Amino acid sequence: MTPSLAPELAGRITRPAGPLVIDIAGVTKLYQMGEEIIHALRGVSVKIHRNEYLAVMGPSGSGKSTLMNMLGCLDTPSEGRYEFTGKNVATMVDDELADIRNREIGFVFQTFNLLPRSTALANVELPLIYAGYSPAERKTKAIQAMQNVGLGDRLHHRPNELSGGQRQRVAIARALVNSPSIILADEPTGNLDSKTGVEIMALFEQLYAQGNTLIVVTHEEDIARHARRIVRLRDGLIESDGPVG
Amino acid sequence: MTRLIYELTESFRIAFAQIRANKLRSILTALGVIIGIVAVTLMGTAIRGIDTGFNKSLAMLGDDVLYVQKWPWGPVEDFWNYSNRPAIMPDQADKLNRIIEQTPNSLLEVAVPVSSRSTSVKYGENKVSGVFTIGTTADYGRLISADFSEGRLFNETEANGGRPVCVLGFDVAEAVFQNRSPLGETVLVGSHPFTVIGVVAKQGSFLGLFSFDNQVILPLEAFRKYFSVRRGAELRVKITDKMRVAEAREELIGAVRRVRGQLPGERDNFNINEQGAFKAQLDPIKQGIALAGLFITGLSLFVGAIGIMNITFVSVKERTKEIGTRKALGARRRTILLQFLIEAVSICLIGGIAGLLLTYTLVQVVSVTLPAIPVEFSVSLVFISMAVSIATGIVSGFAPAWGASRLDPVVALRYE
Repeated sequence: MTPSLAPELAGRITRPAGPLVIDIAGVTKLYQMGEEIIHALRGVSVKIHRNEYLAVMGPSGSGKSTLMNMLGCLDTPSEGRYEFTGKNVATMVDDELADIRNREIGFVFQTFNLLPRSTALANVELPLIYAGYSPAERKTKAIQAMQNVGLGDRLHHRPNELSGGQRQRVAIARALVNSPSIILADEPTGNLDSKTGVEIMALFEQLYAQGNTLIVVTHEEDIARHARRIVRLRDGLIESDGPVG
Repeated sequence: MTRLIYELTESFRIAFAQIRANKLRSILTALGVIIGIVAVTLMGTAIRGIDTGFNKSLAMLGDDVLYVQKWPWGPVEDFWNYSNRPAIMPDQADKLNRIIEQTPNSLLEVAVPVSSRSTSVKYGENKVSGVFTIGTTADYGRLISADFSEGRLFNETEANGGRPVCVLGFDVAEAVFQNRSPLGETVLVGSHPFTVIGVVAKQGSFLGLFSFDNQVILPLEAFRKYFSVRRGAELRVKITDKMRVAEAREELIGAVRRVRGQLPGERDNFNINEQGAFKAQLDPIKQGIALAGLFITGLSLFVGAIGIMNITFVSVKERTKEIGTRKALGARRRTILLQFLIEAVSICLIGGIAGLLLTYTLVQVVSVTLPAIPVEFSVSLVFISMAVSIATGIVSGFAPAWGASRLDPVVALRYE
């Protein structure tokens, strides 16, 4: 399970895997599209541990997005087992899933998904409101998260006053603020130029070093190679799962 | 619990940010509610005004006075039964008063005969026709609540002596004497000279139908001398305790039967009328007006509510992706539901407050410029319209907010 270092990636640290966080076994997902039934996932099994840095890859239609929604507890499997830190997610109802997402998962979206009329700080505070923190606690934690992504001086800017890279940093701060078990990033550099993309991936490297568990969903090989382990999907099945190298 | 409070605070913050960001749209939507609230509250003030005016009119009749008359107030079908009744004569008041004196702990205080007819009042070149002219005793003063703007009522001596003195109603005095004081002047009532000894202060009209200011009060004996009393009179009986009208009424029926020599088992050949009966008759009409008015004005509020519903649907649609994001970050269904409900309620409340201010201004303007139109603003109206606004917001915002709360986060996040 421990990934070996690829030659061009020599010198990177790899943290030892911690306890099991995600345990997916034999998961399928069916969609009804008019008359047709689509098998988005046909029996996927994957285990993800704390301290992992994982990339999920695959062409469009491979079931990559479906798996990501499943990992993010936005969706539940049609069949199969899904345990998140030992809790059975497969049978959870909407509000229980919402609580899992709030406490355990930090989302980073391709399109940043910041609330346009709220300041960066207010955006970062949002998950803490749903978690029930007092305004004072929210502020302290949010400022900390903003400083952690290097935006301590941009607290009161609105998204349209920030660059693309800065917006994604705010989104990352928002994903980090509630100290989740995993950070789930969906094409995090998809809307950024390559230089900014490199900066964001450097930030991910830093977060990983600080002890966060990262899952990056991408179709770009270059991005995926930043991870320590790559899961490749094709036609709703896992094609390969192994360390980067 | 604290989480709910934080969510609510956040929802209000978002709602007002949203309204601020879409000023024009919010104002236009609120306009529907404003118009609705103005219509409903104006109707409310009008109904209240009518009610107050009505009660004021009833008070003119006196809430402690029973009227012994040949006819009941209100419509009758078998009018011949009533017209065949023997007339009520003024001297029956004396007999009634003797019975009252002899009854220990009587609930009746005094009976006053009142004969009436329509005549004219003339002074010099000025003449008023159709004046309600009554002949009564000095006890009349114990019945009426009105003050005298000048002078006084005739006393017992003048009344019993049939002195040619009169008291004018306010409008009559004004019409005949303009700005001069009529006291001590002699007017012609019909064709007979009477000296004016008093003027009753302005009382207003009864339900806008009959003016208490268009009358002349004469001593009964003088009235009897010049105008016939054969057509009969009515007896106005003041009671001692207005809380016990029903008992007083029973006592009065017994006493009047004795006075009129009715045999046991015989049906009453008179009616006891009172303002309460009037009220009972007019209440359904009043309620009908209120109901129809509220229904019609309620329609405008309904249209406003549809506007709110529409704009909330639009708001949900526009912010589908935001809903997806919020759900991904841990917002429960309740949170999303509350957020959009509060947005709808906020617009309604803003509309409600604006509508209320508008109504208040209109009522002030109307009551200053058109005092004849009875309108009345009240604190309860504030609470009612606020409650109506909130209810409108909840009712109209619920369907779109519910839809938003049920959105699948995967679908919502993918929405462009």
